[in-house]
Amino acid sequence: MSLAPHRDEAGDRLGMWLFLFTELLLFGGLFLLYGVYLARTPEDFIRAGGELDLVLGTANTVLLITSSLTVAVAVSALQKGARSLTLGMLGITVLCALIFLVNKGFEWRAKIDHDIYPGSKRLLAGEGGESVFYSLYYLTTGLHALHVLLGAALLGWVGFRIRGGRRDGEGAVLENVGLYWHLVDLVWIFIFPLYYLIL
Amino acid sequence: MTDPTPSAAGSDRGFLARKGEGSTILAWITSTDHKRIGLLYLYAILSFFLVGVVLGLLLRLELLAPGRTIVDAQTYNALFTLHGVIMIFLFIIPGIPAAFGNLMLPLLLGARDVAFPRLNLFSWYLYMTGALLALTALFTGGGPPDTGWTFYVPFSARTTTNVSLAVTAVFILGFSSILTGLNFVTTTHRLRARGMGWGRLPLFVWSLYATAWVQILATPILAITLILILAERLLGTGLFDPARGGDPIMFQHLFWIYSHPAVYIMVLPGMGVVSEIIPVFSRKPVFGYWAIALSSIAIAGAGSLVWGHHMFTSGMSDMAILVFSFLTFVVAIPSAIKVFNWVATLYKGSIALDPPMLFALSFVLLFSIGGLSGLILGAAATDIHVHDTHFVVGHFHYVMFGGTGFAFFAALHYWLPKIYGRMYNKRVATIAWGFMFVGINILYFFMQVAGIRGMPRRYYDYLPEFAALNQIATVGSWILAFGLFLMFGNLLRGVLSGEPVGANPWGGATLEWTVPSPPPEENFSVEPVVTHGPYDFREAGVL
Repeated sequence: MSLAPHRDEAGDRLGMWLFLFTELLLFGGLFLLYGVYLARTPEDFIRAGGELDLVLGTANTVLLITSSLTVAVAVSALQKGARSLTLGMLGITVLCALIFLVNKGFEWRAKIDHDIYPGSKRLLAGEGGESVFYSLYYLTTGLHALHVLLGAALLGWVGFRIRGGRRDGEGAVLENVGLYWHLVDLVWIFIFPLYYLIL
Repeated sequence: MTDPTPSAAGSDRGFLARKGEGSTILAWITSTDHKRIGLLYLYAILSFFLVGVVLGLLLRLELLAPGRTIVDAQTYNALFTLHGVIMIFLFIIPGIPAAFGNLMLPLLLGARDVAFPRLNLFSWYLYMTGALLALTALFTGGGPPDTGWTFYVPFSARTTTNVSLAVTAVFILGFSSILTGLNFVTTTHRLRARGMGWGRLPLFVWSLYATAWVQILATPILAITLILILAERLLGTGLFDPARGGDPIMFQHLFWIYSHPAVYIMVLPGMGVVSEIIPVFSRKPVFGYWAIALSSIAIAGAGSLVWGHHMFTSGMSDMAILVFSFLTFVVAIPSAIKVFNWVATLYKGSIALDPPMLFALSFVLLFSIGGLSGLILGAAATDIHVHDTHFVVGHFHYVMFGGTGFAFFAALHYWLPKIYGRMYNKRVATIAWGFMFVGINILYFFMQVAGIRGMPRRYYDYLPEFAALNQIATVGSWILAFGLFLMFGNLLRGVLSGEPVGANPWGGATLEWTVPSPPPEENFSVEPVVTHGPYDFREAGVL
């Protein structure tokens, strides 16, 4: 047996999928709490959820879905050897991620300005369900925003590697980072209706 | 399976000493060799285990007499919290999978290394970071955590002790556990040697595989639960605070959704070790290979659905209690399948009572005592009587120490000669085992009796009528500690200066015995081809 490095792309992909399961379950805990507390205090949840900014939420959804498309195009482009298209698509993806975070920042800022954050006077004085709703809102979207940030960093990193001309198994690396990005998108696809639409 | 192969490095110390780079500490802590990482884990885990043992002895010493004996009540709370955190998160959960899984899994599969060697090293660094943070929590902030290892709210959200740091430490340890798990699943799927179908996997591999799935699927729930405690403490989110619309029972659900499956992370690898040892020392193919293999999966699956039995007294609907009670009893079935198959393997075997076998057999007995007393807790009616008493403490120590702990010691006695190429003194090992076996039964049996009579757990003081039982249990802890001392001394002496052993001192038929002891850096100089099952001793030519 030689010590020459060999790549096992199927193994890499399997490892990534397993990791993505753990991420889904991490968010699953928060969704579980959401479900239980929604069932207990539906009126409070409806009142609190009605105050979220539907326009910004929708804009962010469009941004993430677009970025999922561009990352998928980037993966295909690299397979076909179109490096500049790959890099361009990755650039758009990262840009979408950054705009998403800025939007999220505006949303949070507006809520905090209205004295809505965990432990604020307004929430302490109001109904329990409202306080729970906003705690979950901040925790879930905050954890998601961290993932957006991490995903964007990974996309940037793989982009620089490709630009620097790295060849060995670049496709598999990009594909795995792309999978991660789809997960970030997928989690948002659950957050958006639960917090913005159904209430 | 394959012919014995000479060491690739041409040195009789195999991976322990590479040419040139030698064995400096730097070479070890930057190595991606699974065997070196396994040993790094082993050394760290054993060190923390010894700390945990000392804490446990102090707890027993405090309970030697009613009233204050050696420490005050607050110190006692900190002591049992640390004993729990260290033993659970630093010893039992990573113990067999991280140490022996890393050491043996690629060897058992006929692979050169795990699927992600660098990730493997990273997991060790995460483990060490978490462990050191947990120890830092003792000496910084508002004093050592005093919540118990379960971090139950509302106390954990309000206490001024250093809970935040301890929780962060456990979060990092959980991440390490997840990465080890996904590494092992990928390794088992992708790196089996030619000819090694799923029906030829050694049973230890099956148990590691089932364990790895539990690690992957349960640990994220712990991660989010710990994040929620931090948010509760630092941001005041109030998700578990009734005054703000939250519910502390939700914490218990989330915590046990992880922590009950974690019990199977602890015990499944131990069962795997025992499944390796019993056939080898009975000189007989294992009875019911598929039953043992698939019962590991069944335990992992069913064991993930029983968390509610920790909450029978915290206010659940009667229907939920009934369902969780039923599911808890269901887990007993695959566990019993294993026990019966081990016994059937022993039947008409040519039994060699070497030290690994003694530990494996006592595992079966102690695990059975622990498992059967678990049924008393799994039935809601009897649970209400003994809930939060020393009966529970005795029960889970029978399972975790008598079970997993003894399996860990069995693995030490079984595989250390392979890893170091040297044998310990078998007579001393047998004597040490004797002390430990007697000590553990005195300690935990009398704890259970005290519990049935009403001695509560976590209490620093007790009524005079429990004095005699507590004294007997404390004496048991001394006998056990003496046995441990003897065992570790003997193992250390064997590793340093024992008789050299050949490639296959026990006559095993699995792949690790086909390479020299200690194994060469690349494990196999010729890629092995598997032509028979792991317990076909006749075809392996060792019978």
